[in-house]
Amino acid sequence: MYSEKVMDHFTNPRNVGEIEDPDGVGEVGNPVCGDIMKIYLCIRDDVIVDVKFQTFGCGAAIASSSMATELIKGKTIEEAWAITNEAVVTALDGLPPEKVHCSLLAEEGIHKAINNYRIRNNLPPLPEEKRNDEDPTPAVDQR
Amino acid sequence: MDNAATTPVREEVAEAMRPYFSSRFGNPSSIYRIACESRDVIESSRETVAKAIGADADEIFFTSGGTESDNWALQGVARANAKKGSHIITSAIEHHAILHTARYLEKQGFPVTYLPVDNEGRLDPGAVEDAVTDTTTLISIMTANNEIGTIQQVQKIGSIAHDHGIPFHTDAVQAAGHIPLSVHDDAIDLLSLSAHKFNGPKGMGVLYIRTGTKIDNLLFGGGQEKKRRAGTENLPGIVGLATALDIAVRDQEKESGEIRKLRDRLIAGLLETVPYSRLNGHPTERLPGNVNISFEFVEGESILLLLDQEGICASTGSACSSGSHDPSHVLLAIGLPHALAHGSLRLTLGHGNTEKDVDTVLEAVPGIVEKLRDISPLYPGKEK
Ligand SMILES: Cc1ncc(COP(=O)(O)O)c(C=O)c1O
Ligand code: FES
Repeated sequence: MYSEKVMDHFTNPRNVGEIEDPDGVGEVGNPVCGDIMKIYLCIRDDVIVDVKFQTFGCGAAIASSSMATELIKGKTIEEAWAITNEAVVTALDGLPPEKVHCSLLAEEGIHKAINNYRIRNNLPPLPEEKRNDEDPTPAVDQR
Repeated sequence: MDNAATTPVREEVAEAMRPYFSSRFGNPSSIYRIACESRDVIESSRETVAKAIGADADEIFFTSGGTESDNWALQGVARANAKKGSHIITSAIEHHAILHTARYLEKQGFPVTYLPVDNEGRLDPGAVEDAVTDTTTLISIMTANNEIGTIQQVQKIGSIAHDHGIPFHTDAVQAAGHIPLSVHDDAIDLLSLSAHKFNGPKGMGVLYIRTGTKIDNLLFGGGQEKKRRAGTENLPGIVGLATALDIAVRDQEKESGEIRKLRDRLIAGLLETVPYSRLNGHPTERLPGNVNISFEFVEGESILLLLDQEGICASTGSACSSGSHDPSHVLLAIGLPHALAHGSLRLTLGHGNTEKDVDTVLEAVPGIVEKLRDISPLYPGKEK
């Protein structure tokens, strides 16, 4: 069901953990299934020098979180803000259609954490786009 | 270890079915000699099934599976009694074959009561009695639940139904072949079962209909099954179902005893080695093979993926694996908060599982849960 990249990032997630005294933190919940992602940023001169995450969720959510942290590490805040969930999905060699919503957790987590950093530094928060209302595919029943 | 989802066809069963694909292919409705033979084998299969559940052969109707049997029972009884009344009583933890049919009937103007269960998944028979109205025409309560394994007090519910002259249907899909069933002792008027849950073929089921029960047809067409269920008989399927049920009932006492022992060792082992875990369902009144445990702070689909890498198949009530918005309706109905329903793991043992399988799971699960907890933002840390 999942690509090799997804399984790799799921079984060996990169950048797991917490950062003490982070410069920005974002915690987001996925209203579709109730999963949670927390992301911690360490920022120097507008560059994300370190990032860590914790995720409670499915394989796709964990893999997306891991990949997203890889994608934003070393990037400027501006570059990190521009990373979409589609970019995360592409970097993972795709996700099953019913799992694409899980990658939104990563995008929104990054936005939340960056805005948290901006607020701490007396900058106005950037507008966060809410895109979680997309309907996942129809239910598959448990047997 | 996902025997509640489906089971492999036993070799003896496949062997019994084989001739009916090729040399003995006669259409039972034809008049040739080969057709007579087909009719005979259907009738002897019917008798085998009847004996297994304490019914008469002419009360057994072959269907395409548990889903069709459930649909037929609900829609057929509701429609046949529409003049008398329209109210249906069922439970909140039924399989979707019942629940989605009930919801459809509701849209057609049949009010449905979905009775709640307690936190071990048991229905209070008294609540059934209280829910009965003058217009109730059917009570449908499952014998045993597919997710948490809880077994209901079918006999008590059946006799309440009979006291009120209301037909009683039970979805025994998970129970048949695994625990003793008697439509006579348990006052059951309609009963669904499905072959692939007891090492028979998929796409093959039975609806038992007590003589005299008013029920409309679901499928219209040819005159098979005494004009009550149209469609050319699935001859190999019928033989497979009957053979599998016969073997399951013959070996039931011995097998269920062994499986129950494995189950209890698995439950005790998991609860002991994994902190923040709890058993879902009833501690004793549960299917011999059912284990359902919730692990706090982790999500079920990720547990399944890691178990799969260890070669262990399992299932979960997590929303993430259902593809729908919500975690299992059964786990919510027993009062689990979303987070705990998310972290549920169902392992179902069956024919062929061994002590070694239990060891494998007991070795794998604690590490998997620990690994996922280390990633989880909810985990407060190891027990001090
Ligand atoms: C309790 C219950 N009822 C009905 C069904 C449906 O049976 P089938 O798969 O034969 O349609 C199942 C299993 O899928 C079940 O567990
Ligand atoms: S996070 Fe729940 S389905 Fe992926």
